[in-house]
Amino acid sequence: MSDMIAKLQYYFTFPFVQYAMIVGLLIALCSSLLGVTLVLKRFSFIGDGLSHVAFGAMAVAIVTGITNQMLIIMPVTVASAILLLRTGQNTKRKGDAAVAMISVGALALGYMLINIFSKSANVAGDVCSTLFGSTSILTLTKAEVWLCIALAAIVIAIFVLFYNKIFAVTFDESFSKATGVKSDIYNLVIAIITAVIIVLAMNLVGSLLISALIIFPALSAMRVFKSFLSVIICSAVISVICAGAGMMISILLSTPVGSTIVTADIAVFLIFWIISLFKRG
Amino acid sequence: MEEKELQIECTGCSLGYEGETVVSGVDFKVHAGDYLCILGENGSGKSTLVKALLGLKSPNSGEIKRGGGIGAGEIGYLPQQTVVQRDFPASVREIVLSGCLGKTGLRPFYNSAEKKLAAKNMERLGITDLAKRCYRELSGGQQQRVLLARALCAADKILLLDEPVTGLDPKAQLDLYELISKLNKNGITIIMVSHDINAAVMFASHILHIGGQKQLFFGSKDDYVESPIGRSFILSEGGDIDE
Repeated sequence: MSDMIAKLQYYFTFPFVQYAMIVGLLIALCSSLLGVTLVLKRFSFIGDGLSHVAFGAMAVAIVTGITNQMLIIMPVTVASAILLLRTGQNTKRKGDAAVAMISVGALALGYMLINIFSKSANVAGDVCSTLFGSTSILTLTKAEVWLCIALAAIVIAIFVLFYNKIFAVTFDESFSKATGVKSDIYNLVIAIITAVIIVLAMNLVGSLLISALIIFPALSAMRVFKSFLSVIICSAVISVICAGAGMMISILLSTPVGSTIVTADIAVFLIFWIISLFKRG
Repeated sequence: MEEKELQIECTGCSLGYEGETVVSGVDFKVHAGDYLCILGENGSGKSTLVKALLGLKSPNSGEIKRGGGIGAGEIGYLPQQTVVQRDFPASVREIVLSGCLGKTGLRPFYNSAEKKLAAKNMERLGITDLAKRCYRELSGGQQQRVLLARALCAADKILLLDEPVTGLDPKAQLDLYELISKLNKNGITIIMVSHDINAAVMFASHILHIGGQKQLFFGSKDDYVESPIGRSFILSEGGDIDE
């Protein structure tokens, strides 16, 4: 045990590990905040679709050789979020198909682009790390860390300021509209924040596992807690603890960061599921 | 008898989607304290009319005027329940309070006046002891009371109820009808969309009946009961239009 603590202490002397920890915990916090709304609004599929779009955008960014890849990834993902929200609202079933089409399309084209144009010797490795986020969290520059902190702060601030509106729009859109609440604007805010979170989270868990980060803490919290506020708080706590534990375990056991965090999320979900069975008992 | 304030006036309205008319020639008035029941089969344009009354949709032709201090967004609305809500993790208090959202404007949080209003309306509907309970664990009748309290937070002069008793057992239906009646006697105007003709005749003061793309009847309940259309519907199938 003391061995492990010593090992962790040793690793935490490195700035890149500290950066990874800070960014990882912030991303986990942000993704869990909106997770509850996305799950309840039946928007989980949008999160999944967007993560694939982000992968495609990243492929384009790699091919153009631009140094700050965020400049391409962020606008593309935000634009897709708005587009997906629109189609999803119009006709429920066609919206589903549209999301599937866009997300799989982006995935395929992204991989194709990287394969054709990449100058890297290890294409398969690059793709794998983008999809499952194996190393990118450890290679963050100081500027990227600050960008992540700033974006996370904006997401949290917007969430707190719009909390009551987000609640109302999530619970009952038709009632909100009828009482003069501009629900379309708040839906747009939700979609944009989701896109920002997904782009951030790509660094931590890779684009294929982002949905897990958004969905699992929310689903766990919803099993046990009974008010919206307590569900949100619980889901944030679960997400942060799982991200922290997952990152430390991955350092100690040299497992991939993203999958370790998601495994921790799944474990917590199972525990909460069992608790809820007993509570209803 | 003193002249009652005119709250909603619908003149020659034709409603529909993208040029396609669902119902036309809708003509009626709602005065303060009325209890109007809108009857019609599924697909007769009831929900379109609801949207128009709430100001979410403008009529294809004709006009809907609001008066008596009823602005846009000042009609308390009780929508039909959605699948999402049945399984929603939120406390009763959170939901009732969300009815005040229209009053907050750009202010991010509720002030004490709004919290008091929510508490008052929970008291009024007898759900104060449920305040901390989870919405999804309540019975159907309790859930409707919660949503009614929320509607009252949004507007205290006029309520628009869309099929409020759907899915409730007969006892809960009767309880809810009586509660709505009580609110009406306390001066709140009620507009209720329904296909339960028996309840309409028992509780409402006025009836608007639409069907076959036009308005079939508008007038007081007593006139409706005497009218050919009213009689034929009350007699048929024990009064339930849908079956």
